[in-house]
Amino acid sequence: MELIEIITIFFYLLSAAGYFAYLFLQKEYLHSAGSYLLIAGFLCHSSAVGYLAVKSGYIPVHNLHETLLIAGLAVVGVFLVLQYKYNLKVLGIYAAPLAALVMIIATLLPREPVQVKNIFKSVWLVIHIVTIFIGDASFALACGVGLLYLVQEHAIKTKNPGFFFRRLPSLELLDATGYGCIVVGFAMLSLGLVTGFIYAKSVWGKFWSWDPKEVWSGITWLLYAALLHQRFTVGWRGRKAAIMSIIGFAVILFTFFGVNFLLQGHHGQFTRW
Amino acid sequence: MFDIVLQGLNHKTAPVGLRECIAFSEDETAASLEALIKSESIEEVILFSTCNRVEVLLTTSNKTDAVEAVKTYIADFKNIPVHQFEDAFYTHDGDAAVRHVFRVAASLDSMMVGEPQILGQIKAAYRTAARKKTSGVILNRLLHRTFFVAKRVRSETGIGDHAVSISYAAIELGRKIFGSLEGKTMLLIGAGEMAELAVEHLIRNRAGDIIVANRTFETGVELAKKYNGSAIRFEEIEEALKRVDIIISSTGSPHFIITRDTVKGILRSRKNRALFFIDIAVPRDIDPEINRLTNTYVYDIDDLKGVIEENIEDRNREAVKGERIVDEAVIHFRQWYENLDVIPTIIALRNKMEGIAKAEAQKTLQSLRHLSEKDREAFYRMINAMINKIMHDPTMLLKSDAFHGSKPTYLDITRRLFNLDD
Repeated sequence: MELIEIITIFFYLLSAAGYFAYLFLQKEYLHSAGSYLLIAGFLCHSSAVGYLAVKSGYIPVHNLHETLLIAGLAVVGVFLVLQYKYNLKVLGIYAAPLAALVMIIATLLPREPVQVKNIFKSVWLVIHIVTIFIGDASFALACGVGLLYLVQEHAIKTKNPGFFFRRLPSLELLDATGYGCIVVGFAMLSLGLVTGFIYAKSVWGKFWSWDPKEVWSGITWLLYAALLHQRFTVGWRGRKAAIMSIIGFAVILFTFFGVNFLLQGHHGQFTRW
Repeated sequence: MFDIVLQGLNHKTAPVGLRECIAFSEDETAASLEALIKSESIEEVILFSTCNRVEVLLTTSNKTDAVEAVKTYIADFKNIPVHQFEDAFYTHDGDAAVRHVFRVAASLDSMMVGEPQILGQIKAAYRTAARKKTSGVILNRLLHRTFFVAKRVRSETGIGDHAVSISYAAIELGRKIFGSLEGKTMLLIGAGEMAELAVEHLIRNRAGDIIVANRTFETGVELAKKYNGSAIRFEEIEEALKRVDIIISSTGSPHFIITRDTVKGILRSRKNRALFFIDIAVPRDIDPEINRLTNTYVYDIDDLKGVIEENIEDRNREAVKGERIVDEAVIHFRQWYENLDVIPTIIALRNKMEGIAKAEAQKTLQSLRHLSEKDREAFYRMINAMINKIMHDPTMLLKSDAFHGSKPTYLDITRRLFNLDD
C-alpha cells in the first residue's frame, strides 16, 4: 500500500518538474509530459484511496493520513478539470508540487485508523465529505491562481515585463479562473455544510453544535460569501479578489489543521493522528 | 559552371535618400528583369527592392561583366551616375551570396531584426522573376531553400517574438491585461501619427467601439468617421472613462488631461474593471499616479520604449541561433550546387547504376550456385558492358556544349530523374 503512495509521490514530483521545465523552456511537450505524469499520479492515487475504501468498507477519512490522501486527490482532480476548462497550463507549477507535498506529509503520518463507529454509515456523510474536499481543493487552486495574478500584476504595474510577464497568462484569464474556482468552491462548501447539518441532525439530533470545526467552516463560508457578494455589487475583482482568495485559503488551512490541533470537537477524532 | 552573385545596397550602406533614388517599383522590376536577362553575361536574375534594400541576385559565367552590366543598367535606368552609388554597392559571390540571401529572408539583416514583412517581399520578387522566366534551376532552388530557411529560423528561434514597435508593445500589454482585445472600447484623446497607428493596430486586433475626444470637436468628428466611431467633447472625457477600457492619449497639452482623482472617482461605477492608459504625449497627458490605483495601468512613451528595448535585446540573442541555422543551410546548398556539374552528375549516375546492378546480380547468382567462377566473371563483364553502353549517350550529351546556357537545367533534370541528390 505504501508503495503505491510512494509511486504516486514520484509521479507528482516528476509532473512538477515537467511543469517547471515548461515554465522555463516553454516547450509544448514538457507541458504535455507534466500533464500526463499528473494523470498517472492521479490514477495511482485513486487506486490507493480506492483500496483503503474497499478495505474499511467506507470512505477513508479515519485519520489525518487518510484525510490528507483524499484532500490531495481532490486538489489534483479539480486541477485537471480546471486545466482542461481554462487551458491554464502554468498553474501546474502550483498544483503538482502542492499535491506532492500533501502526499509526502500524508505518508509520514501514522496509519492506524481510529475505531470505526457506526456513525460513519450515512449517505449524507459521503456527500458531506466529497463536497467539502472538492470545495477546499477549489479554494486551494483559487489561492494558487491568486498568487499568479499578483505576480503578473506586479510585472505589469512595475513596467518591468520580464520572465513571468511572458510566461503567465493575461490578468483577465487569471481573474476569471480564480472567480470560477471560488464559485465552484463556494457551491461545494455550501452543499457540504448543508449535508453536514443534516447528518449532524440524524446522529446527534441537532443541526449545529458549536463544534470548533463547524464554527470555522461557517467563518470560511461567510468570508467567501462576502467576496462573491462584493464582486457582484461593487466589483471586487483583480487584485482584491486575488488577495482575498489567498486569505481565504489560509483560513481554510486553519480550519483543516489548526482546529484539529488547537481546539477540541467531534471532528477531532478522525482528523488528528 | 556559373557563379552565384549578389550585389546591391541596403540600409547599412546607403542613406535613405540614395535608396529612394534607386528603389524599383513592381513594374520597374519586371521591366528591368527583362532587360537584364538579355545581357550576355547574365544567365538568371532576380531583383529585390524594398524600402531598406535594392539587391540583384544573378548567376553568370562571367562575374566581372555581369557586375558591370548591372551597375550600368541601374545608372541608365535610374538616371544616376555610377559613382554616386558605387561606394554603397556591395558584391557577394558563391557562399557569401547564398548566405546573404538566407540572412535577408530570415530577417537577420533587417533594420529591425525579426520583422516579418521581408519574407513576403522576397516571395513577391521571386514570383515576378518566375513570371518573367528570368529565374532558372539554380535560383529556383536557391529561393526555395531560402523560404525554407526563413521559416525554420522563425519557428525555431524567438527572433519574431515580442513587440519591437511602440504600438505593438501597447497591444502586447493590452493582451496581458485583457486577455483578448475583442470588443474592448477605446478612447482616443487628441490625435497624432503614433496614436492613430496604435488605434489601427487595436482595430486590427478586433477591438470594439472607438470614441474620439478632441479639443476641436470638428477634428474629432472627422477622426471618428475614419474609424467608424463616435466623437465626444473634451469635457465629456470623465463620463466616457466609465465605459471605455483602453485610453490612448496624445495631445499637446502642457499639463495632465486625466488626473488621479478623476479616475479614482469613476472606478467604483466601473465595478473595478481594468483600465489601460497608453500615454503617447510629451509632456504627459495622464497622471502617472493613476498607475497606483487598483486595476488601472498606465504606460507612457518611455515605459513602452523600455519594454521594446528589452525585447530587441532578446531578439538579438535569438538571432545568433538564426545565424547557425543559416550556416547549416549554406553548407547544404553548397553541396547541392557543387554536385550540379557535369562530372559529379555522371559519377553519381554511374554509381547508382552500378549499385543497382551489383545488388541484383548478387541476388540472382545466389540461386545459380551451379555456375563456375568463370561463368560468374562473364556475368559481371556483361553487366559492366551494359552500364557502359547505357551511360554512353547521356555522358556524351552532358559533356557537350550543345545547351546554350541551359546546362544546369539538363543536369538538374538528370539528377531528379534518377534521384541522385538523396
